[in-house]
Amino acid sequence: MKVLVAVKRVVDYNVKVRVKADNSGVDLANVKMSMNPFCEIAVEEAVRLKEKGVATEIVVVSIGPATAQEQLRTALALGADRAILVESAEELTSLAVAKLLKAVVDKEQPQLVILGKQAIDSDNNQTGQMLAALTGYGQGTFASKVEVSGDNVAVTREIDGGAQTVSLKLPAIVTTDLRLNEPRYASLPNIMKAKKKPLESVTPEALGVSTASTNKTVKVEAPAARSAGIKVKSVAELVEKLKNEAKVI
Amino acid sequence: MTILVIAEHDNKVLAPATLNTVAAAAKIGGDIHVLVAGQGAVAEAAAKIAGVSKVLNADNAAYAHQLPENVAPLVAELGAGYSHILAAATSNGKNILPRVAAQLDVDQISEIISVESADTFKRPIYAGNAIATVQSNASVKVITVRATGFDPVAAEGGSAAVEAVAAAHDAGTSSFVGEELAKSDRPELTAAKIVVSGGRGMQNGDNFKHLYALADKLGAAVGASRAAVDAGFVPNDMQVGQTGKIVAPQLYIAVGISGAIQHLAGMKDSKVIVAINKDEEAPIFQVADYGLVADLFEAVPELEKLV
Repeated sequence: MKVLVAVKRVVDYNVKVRVKADNSGVDLANVKMSMNPFCEIAVEEAVRLKEKGVATEIVVVSIGPATAQEQLRTALALGADRAILVESAEELTSLAVAKLLKAVVDKEQPQLVILGKQAIDSDNNQTGQMLAALTGYGQGTFASKVEVSGDNVAVTREIDGGAQTVSLKLPAIVTTDLRLNEPRYASLPNIMKAKKKPLESVTPEALGVSTASTNKTVKVEAPAARSAGIKVKSVAELVEKLKNEAKVI
Repeated sequence: MTILVIAEHDNKVLAPATLNTVAAAAKIGGDIHVLVAGQGAVAEAAAKIAGVSKVLNADNAAYAHQLPENVAPLVAELGAGYSHILAAATSNGKNILPRVAAQLDVDQISEIISVESADTFKRPIYAGNAIATVQSNASVKVITVRATGFDPVAAEGGSAAVEAVAAAHDAGTSSFVGEELAKSDRPELTAAKIVVSGGRGMQNGDNFKHLYALADKLGAAVGASRAAVDAGFVPNDMQVGQTGKIVAPQLYIAVGISGAIQHLAGMKDSKVIVAINKDEEAPIFQVADYGLVADLFEAVPELEKLV
């Protein structure tokens, strides 16, 4: 079966971002970019499905600037077979991305689409669910376990009170949670080989998708800073402060 | 303007996050209707929420486990006539609402922390390191609400009319297999007034007993950092952070937690933060109101005795 994996280029998770002085957004100039951590988990799961003989082909897709090719090459080095870049310079909303992915799904006809549960930049947690709505497929969000058997996939999901398992008819959409797997590192020979794997580039216009949005970001501000705290010397002093100064116990 | 709030419940009890969501709806202004989709008797509890004028009760086996493939078409169908559709940013709300938004062909706004006007909202991005003000011109504004951003409305005092909804959507693409819920007698993490959290510094799951003892004395909930969860000390649903639960209690006590960006995203709106860590360079001290550089295995039992 064919598996489609969506990956996003985002600011590296270790970077502490800074808001631009004009409040138009965060400053991403000269900041380290990486594959979104949840997308790494999605790629890993697809590769494991291929190693188990469940998946026959892994197609990885990214929607973003030309530089997102780096993240696609990373995914190819990890084991994806070919890549598609939907090139768009502007920042797109989750709905626009879901519509573009729907166009790719229509073309590629995968049995399983794996996405991360959220991107650590927008923190939206929407794209997988929206793609499921547009395709009419079942969705297994926040997955911590994925098992394909026949025409169904059983997905164990992390929910607020514990874990829930649902069974979905294939084709289906799965979004990954942190505990689904531990992504591997790309080896140097595989990074070299990945340079020769096919990478196709298309535009939203060529896919016939409008990326117009109903949302507009008016401004982006730094969060209110916390006032500096104090270091206490003993547990007794801590308890005294909590009781009499902060009055929280 | 009429606002539809999706009730958060487990078919038996109405979850407190519903009250915070209704509070956000009240800030937007207008008539507030609540949709209860499920199989059970939560509609009456929803009718008592202060400020709610109507409860739509979709009591059907198809909605029993709130599978998004079945619930989303119902919400999209009912919600098309409303100005706003709101749900709490819980695992259910996050699962269902984007599917609704896509069906209505509008962008969703996730995890708002404040209402600026009927069409403008604030929400954190980049793990809470920036706050975006977002304006929507969608005909129906589809929004999830971060519960800690809004004080809950009263659970009693309202007397809304309950109206049965006959529509039964069963997409047939998914089915419920089973669930494993963690059992706990302590207060629920996201609603607790005091939270005691442990990290990698706890060293093993057994050592969490020190935190449980302290928590029980304080009437607190117990949370954890990702490191503690990944190491298998405690279950996943105790994780506080960008990808776990977002809490904003009166008092947050971080024990043996270094304070990575992703953890801070889940607790830095707490009123008072206490850090107990033996590494005085740990980033957690930069957000802590009170920091104690000490060995947690000495400090925590002593703290338990003194409170």
